[in-house]
Amino acid sequence: MALVDSLTSALERIPGGGIILTSMDALADWSRGQSLWAMPMGTACCAMELIAASFSKFDFDRLGTFPRPDPRHTDVMIIAGTITKKMQPAVRRLYDQMAEPKYVIAMGNCAVSGGIFYYDTYSVVRGADAFMPVDVYISGCPPRPEALQDGVLQLRELIRTRSLTDAPTYERDLTQPGLDAARAGSTDAETLIGDVPERPASGAGESL
Amino acid sequence: MTARSGESSLEYLQRKLCSVYPDLCPLFSIEFADGVLMVPRSVLHKAAEDLKEIGFERFGFVTAVDHGDDFELVYRLQSGTFGVGLFLKTEVPRCEAVMESLTDLWPAAGWQEREVYDMFGIEFRDHPDLRRILLPEDWVGYPLRKDYKDDSVIPRPDYI
Amino acid sequence: MPVEVESKRPVIDELGREVDELVVNIGPSHPSTHGVCRIIAHLDGEIVVKAEPVIGYLHRGIEKMAENRTYLQVVPLTDRLDYVGSMYANWAYCRAVERLADIRVPERAEYIRVIVCELQRIASHMMGVGASGADTGAATVFIYAFEVRERIVELFEELCGARLTYNYVRPGGVSADLPDGWIERCREVVRWAPDRLLELDRLFFGNYIAAERMKGIGVLSQSDAIAWGASGPTARASGVTFDIRKNDPYSVYPRIDFRVPVGENGDCFDRGRVKVLEAIESCRIVDQALEQIQPGPVAAEGLPRLLRPRAGDAYDHIESARGSLGVYLVSDGSPRPFRMHVRSPAFCNLQLLGLLARGHTVSDLVVILGSLDPVFGEVDR
Repeated sequence: MALVDSLTSALERIPGGGIILTSMDALADWSRGQSLWAMPMGTACCAMELIAASFSKFDFDRLGTFPRPDPRHTDVMIIAGTITKKMQPAVRRLYDQMAEPKYVIAMGNCAVSGGIFYYDTYSVVRGADAFMPVDVYISGCPPRPEALQDGVLQLRELIRTRSLTDAPTYERDLTQPGLDAARAGSTDAETLIGDVPERPASGAGESL
Repeated sequence: MTARSGESSLEYLQRKLCSVYPDLCPLFSIEFADGVLMVPRSVLHKAAEDLKEIGFERFGFVTAVDHGDDFELVYRLQSGTFGVGLFLKTEVPRCEAVMESLTDLWPAAGWQEREVYDMFGIEFRDHPDLRRILLPEDWVGYPLRKDYKDDSVIPRPDYI
Repeated sequence: MPVEVESKRPVIDELGREVDELVVNIGPSHPSTHGVCRIIAHLDGEIVVKAEPVIGYLHRGIEKMAENRTYLQVVPLTDRLDYVGSMYANWAYCRAVERLADIRVPERAEYIRVIVCELQRIASHMMGVGASGADTGAATVFIYAFEVRERIVELFEELCGARLTYNYVRPGGVSADLPDGWIERCREVVRWAPDRLLELDRLFFGNYIAAERMKGIGVLSQSDAIAWGASGPTARASGVTFDIRKNDPYSVYPRIDFRVPVGENGDCFDRGRVKVLEAIESCRIVDQALEQIQPGPVAAEGLPRLLRPRAGDAYDHIESARGSLGVYLVSDGSPRPFRMHVRSPAFCNLQLLGLLARGHTVSDLVVILGSLDPVFGEVDR
């Protein structure tokens, strides 16, 4: 980070350095999308398709996506399956443990909206976006592995166009009330999300 | 005692029950090709013990049905000797939903009784570890009871 | 080999100091818990003194939902129970409904059910064995197993349009007849699969490392298997010769010649090996059923759109890939089930984890859990 900071300040001083900086932003945004390591949050049926997608027939690796079941190593969390009220705090905690910038794919109807478990049931959270931000939604019960791969491509496009400089981030802020609530075991979605901090006006030095 | 020719294993079981336990015989019936033994709550543990003795060595499942004023507890036992399963049923009043645990006969009953406790609130006496199993520990209410109310449930629109 | 442990004795570290038991929480999201299972492991050094599975992280209330749906609308819910083997839950539920409503299923439908369920057994066991391979550090096995699984999933996709949640077996028959040429394609797969399965058997179970890792680990005795209600490959690996297909024959299984593989030692190695052998046997069953199947209707005729079975209760069970899967239905004469209970084999088998893991190391705990092959949709329902 220090290198990037000093590099940008050095570039800004030379004539025409701003153009190089802009291109560097684009390069950084492009390259971030090329190797999205995925945290497979497989809770139910969709996990089978998630596994199928990473094996030889569909071969997730060719998109640079590699399932790595460790929140600290990964860029994107793929929520594959139903989230129950009992599971919700664990999902949120793993999301909080991921390093910025982080993205979330909601795979399957259950993670999108509750799907078949929307009505009549007492123990299902209706969609992952009730308690955490979601970037890409993939419908299907379960979606085909190709649909999941398409979702990753969509996310890649999103990362490329929505530059990190003006993208909202959900930084881990220990003073945030939502996190305290999460630690206290609260399951209230409203308090868990917390406030999304406003990004200051764009500036390459701050974001990278 | 062996099965007579042309006799189904259920009829053989009925005959055997009658000869060994004459007082259990009137409680035995055959419904939907299944043997059903409906016993009073106080003798269920004894009946299960006796059935285990005569060859019902496997514990299938235990569950409950909410009939309003009382719960019907349904035990399923499976026999290798007779090649049949048997339902052992009893009624437990709602106001005093307590039952003796069968974990001393079959350890398999452990989790299943916990599940019945979790879903119906029926207590099992002498159960080694009676806690909620599927729902979080701090859950309020017993969801599979017919009068369970939960504000977070969205009822399905009635199409038919 | 398991180490003798006493849970009450003081734990002494290498410097002779008395230390507390270490309690390690594994899960609920853990790569090797095969779903959302949490294990609270009490450790003495690396040895498990007590392992307590905590389940319910996928409890979706399917039994409650079924009470507010018609008999036909429940079928898609049963798909989501055992999501590695959806056909079984479909079939077990439909058998219970058929028994309750007194529906006679045409013979062709019975054959189709046997064919799809045996294919499902292969697919499901491939998942189980592959995951066991991944647990013991042999990720290649998973890829080999998935090749077979994908071929079968493709067949299912052709049959009912879904790769995972089939909704194919319906009360009274199946949803659609076999497509043209499906029988030939299916035959090709089941004649190709045994060689692959034998190769997998040689690759994984013939491997010295895998054998060292799994032999003698998590031994389940025959009497324990019966007392703890174990069923399916878990019980058969311990020498219990109980298979509903043989002991309480249903459908057209009596007309088919097949054997039931039984293990001797009841350890993780046998539990895995029995699954591969069962899958090979399933190929034989499908091959025979494809020979015997005759043209005819695939659904019972004259079924009302809205089933109203008479009041009463019915239970039926089938041999799923994990064991005796049963559905208990209570009807009050209305078009909706009054109560549905699923006797889930994975739930009963998972109960054994605490018993089996005692005295083994933490790394073996994961192997034991994998060998029990739980599917949490079915455990938690």
